[in-house]
Amino acid sequence: MQDTFFYRAGHRVMAFIDYMGELALFFQEACRTLPHPPWFLREVIAQMYHLGVKSFPLVAVASFAVGLVLAMQGITVLKMFGATNYIATSVCFTFVRGLGPLLAGIMLASRGGSGIGAELGSMRVTSQIDALTVSAVNPMKYLVVTRVLACMLISPLLAVAANLIGILGGMLVGVFQVGITPTYYYTLTIKYLTLKDVLPGIGKTVVFGMIVGIVGCFHGYNTEHGTFGVGQSTKTAVVAAIMLILISDVILTKLTLLLWP
Amino acid sequence: MSYLPSSPYSSGPRSRGQEPQGAATREIPLISYRGVGKSFNGKVVLEGIDLDVYQGETLVILGRSGSGKTVMTSMLVGLNRPDTGSITVAGKEIMELKTDSDWREIRLQTGYLFQGSALYDSMTVGENVAFPMIQHTGWKEEEIARRVQEKLAQVGLEEAEGQEPAALSGGMQRRAALARSLALDPQIIIYDEPTAGLDPITGDEITHLIRRLQETLKVTSIIVSHDLNLTQQVADRLGLIYQGRMVFLGTFAEFLKSPHEEARRFLHEPQEDGA
Repeated sequence: MQDTFFYRAGHRVMAFIDYMGELALFFQEACRTLPHPPWFLREVIAQMYHLGVKSFPLVAVASFAVGLVLAMQGITVLKMFGATNYIATSVCFTFVRGLGPLLAGIMLASRGGSGIGAELGSMRVTSQIDALTVSAVNPMKYLVVTRVLACMLISPLLAVAANLIGILGGMLVGVFQVGITPTYYYTLTIKYLTLKDVLPGIGKTVVFGMIVGIVGCFHGYNTEHGTFGVGQSTKTAVVAAIMLILISDVILTKLTLLLWP
Repeated sequence: MSYLPSSPYSSGPRSRGQEPQGAATREIPLISYRGVGKSFNGKVVLEGIDLDVYQGETLVILGRSGSGKTVMTSMLVGLNRPDTGSITVAGKEIMELKTDSDWREIRLQTGYLFQGSALYDSMTVGENVAFPMIQHTGWKEEEIARRVQEKLAQVGLEEAEGQEPAALSGGMQRRAALARSLALDPQIIIYDEPTAGLDPITGDEITHLIRRLQETLKVTSIIVSHDLNLTQQVADRLGLIYQGRMVFLGTFAEFLKSPHEEARRFLHEPQEDGA
């Protein structure tokens, strides 16, 4: 019975629902501390620097590389229709409407999420979280809320950077491979672009940032079994955050297309 | 066979005709445990604990590793909650404390030295000591800097202010953590295995430091330990926990004469580090 496909699939689904419930309760607990001061704004800014600014090089390299590849592959398709000039519009829309925010979210999860999981995990196993509690500092507020807020605030900025750098990568291919002038490439890039294309993508990253923050903090905060547990928390935080970002991206994309077709 | 008197009020050294080493005020207990019990996953860790700790007293809780000593003291700051019984700290019933703001007053009055020091890795030693002051006082930067120096001087670590915790030895980390727990001039200090994992010389230094702090600060101290040398030097009274129960409560001199099997074992067999 336990070896059947349906049993195992059902077990996985139940475990996933259980996990999502725990995440929701953790998030609720963090939200409950929000109305009461202190709000540790300095810590939020410090975390924005640690999680966001330090993730920028990773986001930049990934976006630039993806921009180059996307343009190179796109040209081969557009060539078939004699529309290579539209590589500019194609790269721009792909990045702005989906790829840029997604790359920013995944890169933030890889660097920031793992950092949060490892830091809070080691704080848990060395009693530093308990030390905060006995110092009458709410660790949920000081550690979790600040990091979640930092992720939510920094991820739209990372997404904008990812969009710009990805488009720049596409431009290099357009200019040097197709022979489009930079001015014309720029004109084609923004010609069809509206706020309706830009804002939903940027808005999604706030959700991605929240996922990275909550998942990273949840796994770090609940670390058990010493240093072995810290490794497990870090790994699970990254994998779970990326999975949830991908799932939420599908849902949010469908939702934004329904609201702003 | 239990050596714990039926009423904990009559268990103090005065009732036995012996004065404590410290300046304890015996009339009203600052901390009271009444019938406290705690289980984890069905395993009973503490059962029927009755204990009074008086103002200015230094009480050492002895026991083997895993006997529930740390659980007992961690209840005083809300890290664990009793399943049964009641605990009062300075007249406040902790079973009635639910939120962090309820706990705030007790936590601000209590310094807690963790077994592993639990210094914040992301901060320097000075920042660790300053942290509670920044969070809970409106003191200016210069005032905080002055007080940080003062607290570090109390534990003999003036020169380590700018160092990171990882760069310190085990004994220095313990002293830095002690300076942090003194940051807000607490009325109660809880030491969780202050000498565990340290070599005998460093352990002695910590013991002398605790004794010196007792003499100068006159705070109420609860020390969780299995270190008889430390116990002998600092304890006004000691309690021995065995199988979740307090099987002895009295002075060190009484402990030496105790016929209880666990007390004899404790005196004659070397104990391993741990809570």
